[in-house]
Amino acid sequence: MKKKLIIIGAGMATGRALETLLVTAPDAYDVTLFNAEPRGNYNRIMLSPVLAGDKTYAEIETHDAQWYADNGVTCRFGEKIASIDRVAKTVTAANGDVLAYDKLMFGTGSNPFIIPLPGHDLEGVIAYRDLEDTERMMGLGPVSKCVVIGGGLLGLEAAAGMAARGVDVTVVHIMGHLMERQLDEAAGYLLRRALVDKGITIKCSANSKEILGKDGYVRALLLDDGTELPCDLLVMAVGIRPNVALAAEAGLAVGRGIHVDDQMLTSDADILAVGECVEHDGAIFGLVAPLYDQARVAAKTLLGEHATFVQKELSTKLKVTGCDLFSAGDFADGDGREDIVFRDPARGVYRRLVIENDVVIGAVMYGDTADSNWFFGLIRDKTDIAEMRDTLIFGPAYQGGTPLDPLAAVAALSRDAEICGCNGICKGQIEDAIAAGAGDLAAIKATTKASASCGTCTGLVEQVLAATLGDDFVLPAAASICACTDMTHEDVRRMIKSQRLTSMPAVWQECGWKTSCGCHVCRPALNFYLLADWPLEYQDDPQSRFINERKHANIQKDGTFSVVPRMWGGITTPDELRAIADAADKYAVPTVKVTGGQRIDLLGVKGEDLPAIWADLNAAGMVSGHAYSKGLRTVKTCVGTDHCRFGTQDSTGLGIKLEKTLWGSWTPHKLKLGVSGCPRNCAEATCKDIGVVCVDSGFQISIGGAAGMDVRETELLVQVATEEETINLIKAITQSYRENARYLDRIYKWMGKVGMDWIKERVVEDLAERAALVERFELSQTIYRRDPWADHVRDKSQSYRPLANFSLEAAE
Amino acid sequence: MSDWMDIAALDDVPQRGSRVVKTPGGCVAVFRTAEDEVYALNNSCPHMGGPLSEGIVHGASVTCPLHNWVFSLETGQARGADIGRVDTYPAKVENGRILLDKATLNQRIVA
Repeated sequence: MKKKLIIIGAGMATGRALETLLVTAPDAYDVTLFNAEPRGNYNRIMLSPVLAGDKTYAEIETHDAQWYADNGVTCRFGEKIASIDRVAKTVTAANGDVLAYDKLMFGTGSNPFIIPLPGHDLEGVIAYRDLEDTERMMGLGPVSKCVVIGGGLLGLEAAAGMAARGVDVTVVHIMGHLMERQLDEAAGYLLRRALVDKGITIKCSANSKEILGKDGYVRALLLDDGTELPCDLLVMAVGIRPNVALAAEAGLAVGRGIHVDDQMLTSDADILAVGECVEHDGAIFGLVAPLYDQARVAAKTLLGEHATFVQKELSTKLKVTGCDLFSAGDFADGDGREDIVFRDPARGVYRRLVIENDVVIGAVMYGDTADSNWFFGLIRDKTDIAEMRDTLIFGPAYQGGTPLDPLAAVAALSRDAEICGCNGICKGQIEDAIAAGAGDLAAIKATTKASASCGTCTGLVEQVLAATLGDDFVLPAAASICACTDMTHEDVRRMIKSQRLTSMPAVWQECGWKTSCGCHVCRPALNFYLLADWPLEYQDDPQSRFINERKHANIQKDGTFSVVPRMWGGITTPDELRAIADAADKYAVPTVKVTGGQRIDLLGVKGEDLPAIWADLNAAGMVSGHAYSKGLRTVKTCVGTDHCRFGTQDSTGLGIKLEKTLWGSWTPHKLKLGVSGCPRNCAEATCKDIGVVCVDSGFQISIGGAAGMDVRETELLVQVATEEETINLIKAITQSYRENARYLDRIYKWMGKVGMDWIKERVVEDLAERAALVERFELSQTIYRRDPWADHVRDKSQSYRPLANFSLEAAE
Repeated sequence: MSDWMDIAALDDVPQRGSRVVKTPGGCVAVFRTAEDEVYALNNSCPHMGGPLSEGIVHGASVTCPLHNWVFSLETGQARGADIGRVDTYPAKVENGRILLDKATLNQRIVA
């Protein structure tokens, strides 16, 4: 007599198990197949092509009604199991039918995870899991808008499929780059770029706050920064959870999934489980290869044969509509691990191999995955690669040849890529000049004007010469930013501007960075360049900042911090002084010192007390003095016409106005200002980065002073008549310095490189350029002119505390 | 066999960042890399005692905020020309939680 097998769930895993069972022993079991979806087994992986319109449902159906009939499978589709009685060995269907079993197999799959945002139950909020969801998306017309929450594989496939149908799609992803589990940042950047080219809007590091509805139907997604994204349909593709509810009710052992042993048996020897619902040795499964392995083992177990399920090294080779990606193994950095990185900016190719003890242990590839199987083989077989190390990254076909070309990034630039920003000279014009006989830098300068103004693009011009002339041009050695790149600061700044690079991974890729994520030298520089050039597009990265700027206080040699509240123009009040004194008492500040910038320094504050002391100072109306920043520090003043018998102008008032307009701005190095009310210069304005000396007829603005390792007097830039013009000029100078100087150059060093005439021409003489600089400065200040202390007290105070504190107790 | 202790959620430490666990024997710095690996090291640079948890994390290394010594998060060894080593302690992530070795923490409490 045939034994009875009941299968719960007609998915890909149970489908494969059933096929194996029927082929091996067609008469062993009477099979009844329950499925909650009103249909049989189809290839769920192919839903994306169905969505994109490349395939129809009929083409992705694995088992049709005829197949089930031919194989004698009793189908109960659209029916759920209500309960299981393991003692009586029966299941009860939703309609009350009680069916006996000898063996029971779970294939209940997984449930999409729905984030419980306010509004998640509105009509029009769906997951991306089954044919119904797919049909909802296919129902959108070409003028509709859709928001997809989740930048993983599923979310991106949904987005790409809908975009192919002309839907206006925005992807909202909580992490900093797409598909962060499978890809590193660099590959994530390339993927993003490709999807943006398809017309998809991508928002990373975006937190969803609420789903907004109208008459019970979704109308928009609200992000926590206040952005509202209108949509006609909202797809949540943020992950799946094994569906264990029925198994748990039946009293089977479950963790994240239904526990199974190597034979796919659950804690009940007559009940098996396969697929996405199982947990085996701590792991759960989402890719199809291990599911098929499980299915094969389950079929053998049902037939009383011995088989063992073994977890294997997994690779992911994915295609998100036209973007080839591959990742395998472990691609985390680590000691004793070395990276081999290959970037071809021209073709948008990125390859990274992680090597440990002469064995490849991980690989990420983007753009060209043709060799991925070969690399995966090296990982799986733990092949010793010592012999082929130098050429490994090029893949199996590589036979001899030249090493990586350091000029690749420049060679890849198009002819219309701007090289010299001052004179608007593109790569093509330089190439033409070379073709016409210009063979060195001086000749290029003379014929095209490229690099003849500020000179910061000199490195790039030389690289164009080298790439064009080959061996006929000897590239002068220039110091690169750090060991991560061959490019100089100037080269990279130029690339960021002319190629519109607005993220760190974009710079790493397009400038051919040799490390996966930079180092403590280049990251702070890149962070500054990006936020200075793209204040709206780029989001400041605290983790790429030195501790002082990350925690908005100056670290001291014992690990404590100093706190300096701002005193606008050096003016304070008895109330502020009382609040400072109270704070010093309350937080047991060991040293209180008056600084050279006319304010008060509280030294020796513990890191975990920072938010509290800031909150107290904020309550008294004080804000951060940015005494720690590569940014505006102080505007030192004298008392001017308020009190002084020699004062010619209101120097204190002007100082306060300048400080209130400039504070919060980030600059290449610290920026100190002084305003003196007369040429006696009590505010020492002529040794500041920017100084103003008031005279009867107006205001003398001078720049490039220093009183540190170098001591220098400022040089006069211009004299103007009004306070308003003074303020505008200083904004323009500051912005020009922000846009053009190399990171960690004070104004005097920058001035030494570009020349006073160059600065004067742009800031003083060219009124249109001055106005544009002021406008760009103000645009940036709409984002950065705010008190970081108040922001951190409100949003980040938790991060200043220890993760855990065992100083008073045992760890038990 | 390690006896693990749940310390905090992985997300309580920013990527390429660090936070400390306080013990009577000094602070343990818990680091999280861009690839979500977690390391625990003594929070004191062998050079001048700088708090490594305040440093910039790059790859599986951290740079001391006081004088830019660079240490491997895996071995605690100084990189480059500097010579020195920081103690490292067992740490791991499981189900989105950071776990440290109980014995290590107890040792620091007795110390």
